[in-house]
Amino acid sequence: MSAVADKYKELQQLGVEVFSVSVDSHFVHKMWNDHELTKMVEGGVPFHMLADQAGHIGRAYGVYDEGQGIELRGRFIIDPDGVIQAMEVLTPPVGRKFAETVRQIRAFQLVRASKGTEATPAGWMPGEAVLKPGPDLVGNVWKVWKPHE
Amino acid sequence: MEEKPQGCARVTRAVLGEERAEAPAVTQPVQETDKEARMAARVGGKAPDFTAPAYHRGAFTSVQLSKSFGKWILLCFYPGDFTFV
Repeated sequence: MSAVADKYKELQQLGVEVFSVSVDSHFVHKMWNDHELTKMVEGGVPFHMLADQAGHIGRAYGVYDEGQGIELRGRFIIDPDGVIQAMEVLTPPVGRKFAETVRQIRAFQLVRASKGTEATPAGWMPGEAVLKPGPDLVGNVWKVWKPHE
Repeated sequence: MEEKPQGCARVTRAVLGEERAEAPAVTQPVQETDKEARMAARVGGKAPDFTAPAYHRGAFTSVQLSKSFGKWILLCFYPGDFTFV
């Protein structure tokens, strides 16, 4: 969570609202923020930290672990139409990479802005060439994009 | 967004952008909620709506996801506060 909090400005610039969710109460969220996260991130956590103590939200999103009573590391990108465009779920011991989340958000925003006329190839980074799917591109992707470049 | 938290987190059984006809009951039978809500989220589908008590910059608040409809949303679950990753 501290990784996302630290990069919150970047998400704000992209117009993204952030919510974190765990099975801890909002009282515990306050203690964690005040006693630890404020020492990692200046000003503390800038977004809403949600309490899902009974796991209802986690179940709805398929990330609640019934055996352990915790929520897995699930990350969902939801577009302005309310559609889930991407999800990533990891078991607890491995953390996520924030840069990949931002890359995906920027790619989905580009596709949306093009009204679906553009797509981003594997490994695309902001600023790099995009694909324009259509009859002319069929069989010709090799001309505009190669996996080793 | 800056409302006082009321009760515990619950799913409203609506999805973003599609309001339910009737207001959700304040107390839902857990079994029913559980059955209907399980794995409702899928990539390419509408995000399940929910309300939850929250902590935000020194205040206790109440969040409803659908109030952010029309914006890009990043929703992050994690195992627990005071864990190490």
